[in-house]
Amino acid sequence: MRIIATTVISLRALRRNKLRSFLTALGIIIGVGSVITMVSIGNGAKAQVEAQVASLGRNVISVFPGSVTTGGARGGQGSSNTLTVEDALAIKREIMGAVSVSPELRQGNQVQGNGLNWRTQVHGVDPDFLSIRTWNIAEGDMFTDNDVRSTTKVCVVGATIVKQIFPDVDPVGQVLRVGNIPFRIVGVLESKGFNYFGSDQDDVVLMPYTSFMSRVFRWRNTVNNILIEASTPEAMERVQLDIADLLAQRRGDREPDFTVRNQLELAAAASKTSGTMTQLLAGIAFVSLVVGGIGIMNIMLVSVTERTREIGIRLAIGAHDRDIRIQFLIEAMILSAMGGILGSLLGIGISHTLSNLNGWPVLVSTQSIVVAVAFSAAFGIGFGFYPAHKAAKLDPIEALRFE
Amino acid sequence: MQPQPVVQLEDIRKTYRNGELEVHAVRGISLEMHTGEFIAIMGASGSGKSTLMNTLGCLDRPTSGRYLLDGVDVSGLNRNERADLRNQKLGFVFQGFNLLSRTSALENVELPMLYAPRRVSAREMRDRAMHALDIVGLAARHDHLPNQLSGGQQQRVAIARALVNEPRVLLADEPTGNLDTRTSVEVMGVFQRLNEQGITIVMVTHELDIAHYCKRNLIVRDGLGVRDELVSDRLRSEDELAKLNQAEVLAKLSHA
Repeated sequence: MRIIATTVISLRALRRNKLRSFLTALGIIIGVGSVITMVSIGNGAKAQVEAQVASLGRNVISVFPGSVTTGGARGGQGSSNTLTVEDALAIKREIMGAVSVSPELRQGNQVQGNGLNWRTQVHGVDPDFLSIRTWNIAEGDMFTDNDVRSTTKVCVVGATIVKQIFPDVDPVGQVLRVGNIPFRIVGVLESKGFNYFGSDQDDVVLMPYTSFMSRVFRWRNTVNNILIEASTPEAMERVQLDIADLLAQRRGDREPDFTVRNQLELAAAASKTSGTMTQLLAGIAFVSLVVGGIGIMNIMLVSVTERTREIGIRLAIGAHDRDIRIQFLIEAMILSAMGGILGSLLGIGISHTLSNLNGWPVLVSTQSIVVAVAFSAAFGIGFGFYPAHKAAKLDPIEALRFE
Repeated sequence: MQPQPVVQLEDIRKTYRNGELEVHAVRGISLEMHTGEFIAIMGASGSGKSTLMNTLGCLDRPTSGRYLLDGVDVSGLNRNERADLRNQKLGFVFQGFNLLSRTSALENVELPMLYAPRRVSAREMRDRAMHALDIVGLAARHDHLPNQLSGGQQQRVAIARALVNEPRVLLADEPTGNLDTRTSVEVMGVFQRLNEQGITIVMVTHELDIAHYCKRNLIVRDGLGVRDELVSDRLRSEDELAKLNQAEVLAKLSHA
């Protein structure tokens, strides 16, 4: 087989014209580089979104109040205020697969302490709230079931509260006034940062829901929502149905005034959004890869014309049509393979630089590298074929006479 | 017994069609050439000598007639079979040298071996190329690029390339056409030495004095061979070079 000799010939031809070879490969380098960078950014964003969704808690089911109809006007989601702490306790008592249950009561309120004040969200919850939301205490302790039973005036605060009210003192043991009621801070929450929707998750004060109802907002016993953690992802659907049944049963003949949702639905929606973005980015980058391939074809076509005499010499000296065709094909393939490899390195480099410089989450996937390099090699063959064919068909006498 | 001729042309004709017009470039040339001959094909432009040369070089097929090269009828061979024949039995030297640019002399000489039907090892390739360069006296410059060599040196590299596959016939198309007098004589000297070693050479030229370095002259006019004769007052490159040197010395003396 003459393939080894032809490869040697192609390599020598490329080496003779290093600058042209590099410029030809540049199209592919940029194409592959941008595909890998774009996909890496997209994947990174997707992973971050998924991590944020996961930070809301695993296997979490939420029960929201439903709509209420007043005199024929339907109030929309959450307009009823009939979801109660008793509902939460019933779920805790009756549903087998519900590992942890916490009612969540929220109210915006002015809080003061250390001579400073701040408006924040005050939450009345069960101690289980933390495990459901996979949230940890950074300092001190969470309040206990005992505190819930005895409506103790204690609370834990988020990192933003510490920053705003206790910038220079240890908040644990300090007093925080909610409205006019003094609460003793027993712990500080670990920082969670902003959530997917852009709100500050650390701007929060948690207290036993019993204390919230009896001491701060005495007029309400309805909850904003109930959070339930199912034992396993598989159990979620069952638990979700059981909760719906239980609540419907507790309401007897009344119109159902609640909605049961699970975390997976939210996660799926969020990850679908960022998946679409990844595909969009990859699509744009793919176009530049195609442009790079066409660039190779252009240069190879110009190269065939420019090297007509060389081809004539080769044919006169004894090259077969196939030798010329394979030579040009191999040249195109080497260019695009080189472009693919250099482009991968470039793409990985840019991805890491972006993630270091801008702090963007970037995830370089092996899959994107393999696909990009495979495509660039395919473009080498595909776009190299026509010029190669054109070169092979030259007449040696004509080619030798070419000026 | 007469040995088999290395080249045998029988009533070769070549007609080009240019639309309605038929151009008869070669109109029946017969020719026999034996091993060790050194023949110059001469003629004005348009005489058909280039077409005859392309036919001899298996670059072109005659419209009619028979061409036996080394006893094998080549008129019926296809494109790739003719390519193998050019690679193995023929060596080409062109007017414009036709070396690959930006490619060292050694790699230029290796080129025909890369297209040989039998694979040649890298080591053998290098050895044979160096040997061929040595024959033309350029072994020391094997790593030079064509643009670092003079015209005469480039033509000698081209001759080394033509020799490297040990062809039966060396074909030279106006080999001195781009060279000055002195280098022309030097290149003819290379051909004469090769011929003395038994290599058959066919050369196309329109210069009478260059033809006088050959052993036999074939004059072509209007596509026909009009004269075929042995050269009686043959020039020897050593003598001519000596004369040139003397003239130059004289010229300098007269200026001094």
